[in-house]
Amino acid sequence: MSLLEVTDLHTSFFTDAGEVKAVNGVSFFLDRGKVLGIVGESGSGKSVTAYSILQILAPTGRIVSGSIKLDGQELVGAGEKVMQDVRGNRISIIFQDPMTSLNPTYTIGHQLMEAIMLHTNRNKRQAWDRAVEMLRLVNINEPEKRMKQYPFEHSGGMRQRIMIAMALACEPDILIADEPTTALDVTIQAQILELMQDLQKKLGMAIIMITHDLGVIAQLCDEVVVMYAGSYCERGTADEVFYNPKHEYTKGLLRSIPTLDTVGQRLKPIIGTPIDLLNLPKGCPFAPRCDAAMKICVREAPKSQDINEFHKASCWMNVKALVEAQAALEEQPAAPDEAPEPAAAPAAIAEGGDDE
Amino acid sequence: MSTEERPLVEVQHLKEYFPINTGWFKTTPLKAVDDVSFSIKRGETLGLVGESGCGKTTVGRTILHLYKPTDGVVIFDGKPITTKEALAEYRKKTTMVFQDPYSSLNPRMTVSDIIAEPLDVHRMCANAKEREQRILELMDHVGLNSEHASRYAHEFSGGQRQRIGIARALAINPEFIVCDEPVSALDVSIQAQVINMFDELQDQFGLTYLFIAHDLLVVRHISNRIAVMYLGKMVELADSEEVYDNPLHPYTKSLISAVPIPDPKIARANKRIPLQGDIPSPLNAPSGCPFRTRCPYAAEACAGSMPPFEEVETGHFVACHRVREINA
Repeated sequence: MSLLEVTDLHTSFFTDAGEVKAVNGVSFFLDRGKVLGIVGESGSGKSVTAYSILQILAPTGRIVSGSIKLDGQELVGAGEKVMQDVRGNRISIIFQDPMTSLNPTYTIGHQLMEAIMLHTNRNKRQAWDRAVEMLRLVNINEPEKRMKQYPFEHSGGMRQRIMIAMALACEPDILIADEPTTALDVTIQAQILELMQDLQKKLGMAIIMITHDLGVIAQLCDEVVVMYAGSYCERGTADEVFYNPKHEYTKGLLRSIPTLDTVGQRLKPIIGTPIDLLNLPKGCPFAPRCDAAMKICVREAPKSQDINEFHKASCWMNVKALVEAQAALEEQPAAPDEAPEPAAAPAAIAEGGDDE
Repeated sequence: MSTEERPLVEVQHLKEYFPINTGWFKTTPLKAVDDVSFSIKRGETLGLVGESGCGKTTVGRTILHLYKPTDGVVIFDGKPITTKEALAEYRKKTTMVFQDPYSSLNPRMTVSDIIAEPLDVHRMCANAKEREQRILELMDHVGLNSEHASRYAHEFSGGQRQRIGIARALAINPEFIVCDEPVSALDVSIQAQVINMFDELQDQFGLTYLFIAHDLLVVRHISNRIAVMYLGKMVELADSEEVYDNPLHPYTKSLISAVPIPDPKIARANKRIPLQGDIPSPLNAPSGCPFRTRCPYAAEACAGSMPPFEEVETGHFVACHRVREINA
């Protein structure tokens, strides 16, 4: 059993303009001590997935269906009391913007101790010691002095360290990092990522790393979930997703980053613009921007296919490849009888044309 | 000197100090740009990188005289921009694309009015018909649909807004464009579209860019040469391949090693050169070399004086006292 199991999660926001399906059937597992990356563009639902796990959605947002199991315990539908025990204690989160996630009117020490005293039965003195210990752990010099200072006296990188110290003070099993380095400079980003890797080794917690930066994912993550328009496109080990992408969106993303090989050439961008979550199409949400889109892609949303033990993707191209492989096998009369079963709807593929 | 050899833009000892109130009748100069010199050839893209607060945006704005330089001179196409007449002429040939496509477009103006504003300011169209024609032509250059002309900026996505901003910049047929982080606010897939557009427009119109960005992968892709800034000073300048493969300044070395590479095997094997601490405040910058407080090679000489910005190898400029020892 995995530490965290998210199965077919659907989260929507009910606005005046209609239902915004922010998360649309996302599933993944997170094992103890592993780093899972969730990557996607703005509006792909990666942050909402994280907020759904902790149930800290905006008032208009609701988990519509699906299941989130922490160590076997179902969290969807669990009461506020259960969630209060989970938040901070077993799963904690650090946010994107370290400039606004600390309260400017309280000292660093006050805010750290508040978190510690809320979740453990330490008294004030012990909480102080623990807070100092945590600041030392995240490499902050003169922690005793820092405890009495206010957030404005610290730089962005320091504040993010303080947020990490606060998140880890109660030794959670899972740390969710929601774009922790997006607001920081490259050299400071490198410091923070290094710190997170160190702490992960030292404390052994699992991390969910939410980012739009494939570079951060490549550096840190064991497993990757790629999201587009609220649905997951692909998930697998980092090596599988980077070196053997099986979804057209992942392929497009990897092609559109400038690398050594693209110097002096044009990039190959994904055409079009992200879709409107208010009017999700019936078929694959990526189909309108996809070079390889077929008729079936517009008609029907693809189901998740197993590429191998470590890799799943939901793209009709994989089904097509399977069907073609099978057809090729059938043409040889002496072919062995172990042709792979197509995952879904081979008839629809057969009648679907190549271009649309 | 023939026009071929003469750089299009030449910046000499540019300084931009902002007065900061530090007490009741006391101001301290914040040295946002401190003695920066470089030149850009016609048709070239110079990338300008550095961390936030290093003065890269101020360099871009001061070159265009959006801020009056405290000291130093900008020479455009052989003419120093020192008189009012020279500045008026200069403004017709240079322009800027801004970072934030959300705040750089007036929400009360239609797309066609936004694009035509430079035309109106410089009185470049004889009549309404010509103006209309020019607007449609510009929208076509940046891949916007002509039926969008009467819409407002809020009806567009970030990538499309940046296209509007670029169309506005192209309106006056500029020779030189300062691009201030034009793709930082965009998603990866859209970013690639806009980068390609910059490339194509450069080929089509022979544009010269100063491309300011903090994303080093993007800068390497688009630039011929790269300049690296730290705390208002330029620390390294060379061909982009050279800066990447053979950085000589310790800050550049660390900056390049810190870039997350989107390839798991390379990223895991990547040896980063970590820097201690944060960038000092430009209000009380360290004496001598500004980087010495974080530099792993700092020696006594570094505190004494600012190292000269000298050509260490052909076309490779570095400002570091110990550059030869470090790279020996």
